[in-house]
Amino acid sequence: MKKLLSLLALCLAAIGAPAQTAVTGSSVRPLADDSLYQAFGGKPGLEKLMADFVPRLKADPRIGAFFKETNLKELQAQLTSQLCVVSGGPCKYEGANMKDAHADMEVRKADFNALVELLQQSMDAQGIPFTVQNRMLAQLAPMHRDVVNTR
Amino acid sequence: MPRRSSRIPPTAAAVAALVLATGAQCALAQGANRSGKLLLTSGVSSIDGAAGGGLTPWAVTGGYATDGQFGASAYATRVRTSDYALTGYGVAASYGDRIELTIARQDFDTGPTGPALGLPGLHLKQNIFGAKLRVAGDAVLDSDTLMPQIAIGALYKDLDAAGLAPTLTALGAKDSGTDVYVSATKLFLAQGVLVNLTLRATKANQNGLLGFGGTASDSYRIQPEISLAYLLSKNLAIGAEYRAKPDNLNPSILGDGLKEDDWKDVFVAWAPSKHLSLTLAYVDLGKIVPAVVSKRQKGAYLSAQVAF
Repeated sequence: MKKLLSLLALCLAAIGAPAQTAVTGSSVRPLADDSLYQAFGGKPGLEKLMADFVPRLKADPRIGAFFKETNLKELQAQLTSQLCVVSGGPCKYEGANMKDAHADMEVRKADFNALVELLQQSMDAQGIPFTVQNRMLAQLAPMHRDVVNTR
Repeated sequence: MPRRSSRIPPTAAAVAALVLATGAQCALAQGANRSGKLLLTSGVSSIDGAAGGGLTPWAVTGGYATDGQFGASAYATRVRTSDYALTGYGVAASYGDRIELTIARQDFDTGPTGPALGLPGLHLKQNIFGAKLRVAGDAVLDSDTLMPQIAIGALYKDLDAAGLAPTLTALGAKDSGTDVYVSATKLFLAQGVLVNLTLRATKANQNGLLGFGGTASDSYRIQPEISLAYLLSKNLAIGAEYRAKPDNLNPSILGDGLKEDDWKDVFVAWAPSKHLSLTLAYVDLGKIVPAVVSKRQKGAYLSAQVAF
């Protein structure tokens, strides 16, 4: 009976509740090991990826306007540590949480998806395999709940 | 009431779709900010016109419109099995990944069955008007829960059975009917696997091509339909579908001659851009009017869809 109840609790938790966050500034499920972090080339790999990614954000006709006033070097560093954390790496994210960081902008789902596409382009440019890309995107996608604030 | 019999030759329909696709790709190559969804995440156009897999509607809405955006798409499909052929084409309009409206037409060439029934050159034609409403979830972005995207929909089907109409009446089958369905779709993003389950309440015989209901069995039945797809890359997916079907015309005055089977297929879908997708499938539509044609109807399915 006890086993059945705990199994039921596990199912309900899995279906209903987004996993908690403390360290990532948003609701993301923590990973069991750092294999994804390693697959991205560790800290140097993520730094290289963000150095490719952030200029694409600024240059994009759809969402570039959001980054007009942004300190790009700072954004690069924050994104690197954020991706490090969500992929199981040994970093500590010290930036604002996702909700606060986007509260004074009108972010729509299309904007979020545009950013995902740009990240896919960067990952393609860095030669990261499709399946590995999707594992990282699976970690980042739930952030849409905190980032998208406008319908 | 006399019915107009309009027919676009299937090859012309396919060519028109491809020309439209190429034109759309060129014209829209600048990438206006109207396509807010990720590539391939809106499925393809199903045989009834609703967005989904080839045989079954999914909870995703057609086109690439997301919150606050309008989207539209058009498709042409050709299915050729051992003895029969089906041409389908239609358009879809969607708003905000919330609501989808579709108009579709099917033209079924009855092959040897027409002559066998004294109706050479018999074509069964159907108009299908669809509406779909997403009620919960996000198939792609809710990657930390098991919660799927859920939608409800209806497909009003209106059959023009031409010379077969009196036979269908004799069998107790009506010439129009509505399918109602609920779909749950989820892309398991980390694994690149998409799963869809649709439950369809229907009376349609052979998807409506042989009318709706029958003397032997005239109530709505809930039919399960399942699709599985695996993303090989950003723009290429393979998968399989299984669609259970009712069997309302069995038994009938023709004994089990109108027995109906489930449908299934395996497919590959390729989307070189957000404006074009091509789907190739191998379908098994089971026996269709086994009284005349006893062979299982297996063959090829080819569909092109353009999205705006």
